[in-house]
Amino acid sequence: MTQFLQALVNGVSLAGIYALVALGFVIIYKSMQVLNFAQPALLLLGGYWVLYFATIWDLPFGIAILIGAALAALTGVIVERTTLRPMVGKPVFAVAILTIGLNTVITVIALDLMGVETRQMGDPWGLKFVQFAGLNIAHRQIAVIVTVVLLVSLLLAFFKFSRMGLAMRATAFDQEVALTQGVSVSTVFAMSWAIAAVLAMFGGVFLGSGIGLDRSAAVVALKALPVVVVGGLDSIAGAIVGALMVAVAETLAATYQPQYATFLGKGFSQLVPYVVMFIVLLFRPYGLFGTKEIERV
Amino acid sequence: MRLRPGLVADYRSDVAIFRSNVQRFWFAVLMVAVVVLGLGGTLPLIPGLVDFSLSGDLLLIAVSAAFASIGAIGLNIVTGFAGQVSLGHAFFLGVGAFTGAVLGGTEVTRQVVDLSTGQFVERTLVVGYRLDLIIWLPAAGLAAALMGLIVAPVAFRLRGLYLAFVTLGLVFIGDHVFREASILTGGVGVGRPAGVPSLLGFRFDQDGDVFGVFLQKEQKLFFLGVALLVVLGFVARNLARSRVGRALAAIRDRDIAAEMMGIPLARYKMIAFVVSSFYAGVAGALLYSAIGHLEPGTFNLLLSIEFIAMVLIGGVSTVSGSIMGAVFITFLPKMVKWLAGISLFGFDVFGFISDSPSGGFVNLPQMELLLFGGLIVLFLILEPLGLYGIWIRIRNYFKAWPFSY
Repeated sequence: MTQFLQALVNGVSLAGIYALVALGFVIIYKSMQVLNFAQPALLLLGGYWVLYFATIWDLPFGIAILIGAALAALTGVIVERTTLRPMVGKPVFAVAILTIGLNTVITVIALDLMGVETRQMGDPWGLKFVQFAGLNIAHRQIAVIVTVVLLVSLLLAFFKFSRMGLAMRATAFDQEVALTQGVSVSTVFAMSWAIAAVLAMFGGVFLGSGIGLDRSAAVVALKALPVVVVGGLDSIAGAIVGALMVAVAETLAATYQPQYATFLGKGFSQLVPYVVMFIVLLFRPYGLFGTKEIERV
Repeated sequence: MRLRPGLVADYRSDVAIFRSNVQRFWFAVLMVAVVVLGLGGTLPLIPGLVDFSLSGDLLLIAVSAAFASIGAIGLNIVTGFAGQVSLGHAFFLGVGAFTGAVLGGTEVTRQVVDLSTGQFVERTLVVGYRLDLIIWLPAAGLAAALMGLIVAPVAFRLRGLYLAFVTLGLVFIGDHVFREASILTGGVGVGRPAGVPSLLGFRFDQDGDVFGVFLQKEQKLFFLGVALLVVLGFVARNLARSRVGRALAAIRDRDIAAEMMGIPLARYKMIAFVVSSFYAGVAGALLYSAIGHLEPGTFNLLLSIEFIAMVLIGGVSTVSGSIMGAVFITFLPKMVKWLAGISLFGFDVFGFISDSPSGGFVNLPQMELLLFGGLIVLFLILEPLGLYGIWIRIRNYFKAWPFSY
């Protein structure tokens, strides 16, 4: 039982990280119908900015996060302006492949800045943990969950109450109509990339906290893609539910598969997100909460 | 009519493989040039100034380029002709490569002590049957095609973007299976010997005389690659201009409209996947057969991206474009190395590219990756038709010369 609960706790905190990356993905998809495969690279680069200011410049961690967020947002806006803007109106596949190219480029730059060894994040949580009812709960796990809840409520409030949020919702609903009503769609695009990059940066910070950040973080971030598919490409609630499902399934597999299903091989838990994605897609081709595409010929 | 090469008067000539005798002539010239290069000859690119010959390691790269072209044509059938984005090409390459290696490769055994008897016993580490190329090459293609057949139903249940994700998952699942099935694949970091390229007893991997001409093994492999590439290239070209190709083009342009016109989506998407994976399987088996050794860790997402880069940079939905792209991408590492060595007026222009893994701003493999990604982005924004499009533009310029329009 303890083992099961422990897996559940680990799963929920992992889900927080997946949800951060997946949310950025959904926000970009909703506002401009672009699949952003560059999200893992943005995570690495964002994580690097924070660790750079927190460990090299020795700034307090909160300030490092603020500067990192500003730089991440700037990166997002620059990427959108330089490479995505010329592709407006091009086939969705072309744009998706373009973001794969972007991912390759940004990952190389981020890894080059970071170097080969694992870099400490300089976070205040470290590897400390509290014991509660026989469970080991790391400080960073609590921090992940609290931050995700805060960020998601902030985002929802932003979409609901601010002018910009309204503009973003309008654009997501119908781009052309939004344009005619005076919404600056280009600002919405830039904004959604900025938000996505900042969310990815938080994902990087939490992935790197405690154990440190290295190239393997990109593989973890890639697992946010099955999360988005499970939840549905254009659903914010779906991203969170999908993250919980995928992450809990993954940690449960990591806990029990080595004992009960050894024939599946070492490290099978890494595959579980993709397996969950396959199963969900077989029954619901648009994910759990995705809008079914209606097309006119 | 003969003097108006751009004029197409009937449907037959519109879909002809060679539209004019001029094209036939240039194709023949190209083939002669390839044969000359393969025999070790030198081609004057700009007479007296720049010569080009396939010497040293360039020949082996050319062999890989020929085999990679086959794989790129395969990806182009599913992504270019049928418009279904597949990130799973590395998986199909891997299936082909390991099928070829198991059927055509040598067995690896090791002496181990049996603890119960204390005797030495032979234990098989990796199975291999040492069959002939004529068996393992088609088998590699068919095994991959079978995998394509299994994946295809998922592909036509899903529309558009979701397919990209499924094929992405396929790469990860394939990677895991390859790593774990060590009796077939040798395991991570160890690998196994690849299929031996011996066709009915004729060894492509040994130096020797062919019709009285001494050829190195790389030269033999080069001719094998070019011959297969020409055959499979024409097959793909024929597929594209036939009923199947037209159906695929209709699906690519608008699948619902295609269905309305009576094209069975499921069947044609399946054909696209199966044929594409067949090409991938053949390419995978041959690529590693030329190198002689393969390792399960190679068939990852990066390999898929490499092939997508080939198709995009070369030219989407053209056979010649896939070949150009594959040649370009395969020679890219060599070009990067050459760029890093350039110095103008004693100034090291590309000094930021360094030979050592740690020094400089970027090292050679990183620079290659940067170029992959950068070129994908640039080509998509600036020239969606790829190298093929650039070539068409140059050709049209000279066709209309001296009038620019």
